Amino acid sequence: MGPVQDFLDLGAAARVPAGSSTSSTLVPASVTDVADPQTRPKMYRNRSGRAVAGVASGLAEHLRVPVLWVRVAFALLAALNGAGLLAYGLLWVFVPQNAEEVAAEPKTKDRQRAYGLILLGIALAVTSSTLTGALRSWVAVPLAVAALGAAVVWREADEGQRRRWRAGARDGVAGAFVGEGGRIGALIRILAGVVLVATGIGVVVFATGNFDQAKFSLLAVLATLVGVAVLTIPFWLRLVRDLGDERQARIRTDERAEIAAHLHDSVLQTLALIQRQADQPAEVARLARGQERELRGWLYGPGGYGKPSEKRTKEEEEGVRQQLSEALAAACGEVEDQFAISVGQVVVGDAELTPSLTALVQAAREAIVNSAKHSGVGEVSVFAEVEPTEVTVFVRDRGKGFDPDVVPADRHGLADSIRGRMERHGGACKLRTAPGEGTEVQLAMPVKAAKGAA
Amino acid sequence: MTESQREPVKVFLVDDHALFRAGVRTELDSITDEVRVVGEAGSVAEAVAGIARTRPQVVLLDVHMPDGGGAEVLRRVRPELPDIVFLALSVSDAAEDVIAVIRAGARGYVTKTISSKELVRAVVRVSDGDAVFSPRLAGFVLDAFADRPGSAPINDPELDLLTPRERDVLRLLARGYAYKEIASELFISVKTVETHVSSVLRKTQLSNRYELSRWASDRRLV
Repeated sequence: MGPVQDFLDLGAAARVPAGSSTSSTLVPASVTDVADPQTRPKMYRNRSGRAVAGVASGLAEHLRVPVLWVRVAFALLAALNGAGLLAYGLLWVFVPQNAEEVAAEPKTKDRQRAYGLILLGIALAVTSSTLTGALRSWVAVPLAVAALGAAVVWREADEGQRRRWRAGARDGVAGAFVGEGGRIGALIRILAGVVLVATGIGVVVFATGNFDQAKFSLLAVLATLVGVAVLTIPFWLRLVRDLGDERQARIRTDERAEIAAHLHDSVLQTLALIQRQADQPAEVARLARGQERELRGWLYGPGGYGKPSEKRTKEEEEGVRQQLSEALAAACGEVEDQFAISVGQVVVGDAELTPSLTALVQAAREAIVNSAKHSGVGEVSVFAEVEPTEVTVFVRDRGKGFDPDVVPADRHGLADSIRGRMERHGGACKLRTAPGEGTEVQLAMPVKAAKGAA
Repeated sequence: MTESQREPVKVFLVDDHALFRAGVRTELDSITDEVRVVGEAGSVAEAVAGIARTRPQVVLLDVHMPDGGGAEVLRRVRPELPDIVFLALSVSDAAEDVIAVIRAGARGYVTKTISSKELVRAVVRVSDGDAVFSPRLAGFVLDAFADRPGSAPINDPELDLLTPRERDVLRLLARGYAYKEIASELFISVKTVETHVSSVLRKTQLSNRYELSRWASDRRLV
């Protein structure tokens, strides 16, 4: 509010451009005693209790002073070559109308006072500018007429918007012209306004008639364009504002729809599956874990919330991944799904996936599978640390363990797919286990110094 | 560890999911006498009032709640009741959440998937004044204190660096080792392990290392 505030204090208030009294039949005027909230209310133009456009009463509410003061200030400022009128017009154009209808009782006395001040303001403006010679009177009069016309049309635009709010239907410029009720009246008022503006501008142009013909028609065209621009200002402004509002609403709706769609596709479907399979605890646990992982990835994962979560397909697992942490997470997820166990994984640091790190991830995956198959417990912890010269992975379970010297026939996976794989890429594999003590597979893969820690 | 034959630890639950509160309460009450749930709350204001009224020893605190979450509860309760210890219990795995509650004063962080037995052990341990690091928290802290080429300069070595021993302990914690296992692995006593963990907790809370303050400020703390 800072700059606006300054502007308001400075231009403090101007009451009324010309012509307001013509349109006074529409909405009578003005009352303002607001029960102020602690904070200064945002500035709007009031729709109830206004004399012309609700600028003065809106400003009075905003500044929390009696509306009469504001109007007097506008009128007095009008004496400074019409500054008050200009300020009023600018506020009218740039301050949005209040969308809520405030039920304020219009007081006849207030309204009369307002109109009196309007006339005073105009008189002051015209007199002062004539006296100071800022405007020659032959320009001042037609300009006043043009301003009057513009005021009538703008006011009609406000009315149109108000009707639109009330009706909830009809949009765009058309709505302003053919709003419900008072449709013919509105048309007449707009036409009258247009005629006034055209007359005003026309007189200015004709009065300078001692130009030659070419210059004159050029001036006429220019004047017409200016007239049209002035007349349509409120419509353009409203169009821009409404567009902005609409875009915001659409973004919100889209986002909501996306979240709903995601939750439907994932969480709701899984919950339905869980209900159907409630008698199979292992399957329920598997579903719940898989869903949890997916949702977690969606919310907190590298892609972040809202982005489509990566699909962890077999093919992708075979392919090269960007980051070690993602690859490891995907591998853990797969084993979780396949064997209905839970794998807690902690990764410190991160690195881009090289062929040797891919081998490391695959070896780790094999170790997790071994734990899942043979340990007899449902939990495996995986810890990976990326250091400047080395990446280490620990796969650990608290299961029954085994005697490494008496490896059963089906445990050759350790020798081939873990140790063999690590050694082919220059890594090392250590095993720590004993019957009843759980198993820990320690994998270490050297990396080039520069590759370390992202 | 030292938990037999003593007064049950008084626990207060703060979580905005009534269903989850009920679940934890049932679990804690049914599996052990070591802890007793003395109250629960579903919002920050309720929690602040309830904690002041029931004077629990340990508060189990959800990280994500409307009106500021667990960190807000910590901020409002700790100045007046510094003896109450907080253990954060959350589904969030995001580093900024974990680090934020720790820096706001929680003595530990465990995820909601923790087993009931582990949870009881964690509660008893924080009530004894120790810190509780889940493997994931240990990982985050290791990450934050890592020496990397691009990391910010160290202002206060006392707070901004971990000793090699502390680093070893954290690594083993992150690998899922229990204190007893860490002690035997490093040939030190369990008490020493606890001392190391508490010291790491203190550094995590007080250090101004860029990584830590960045994570904390992501959650508008500090």
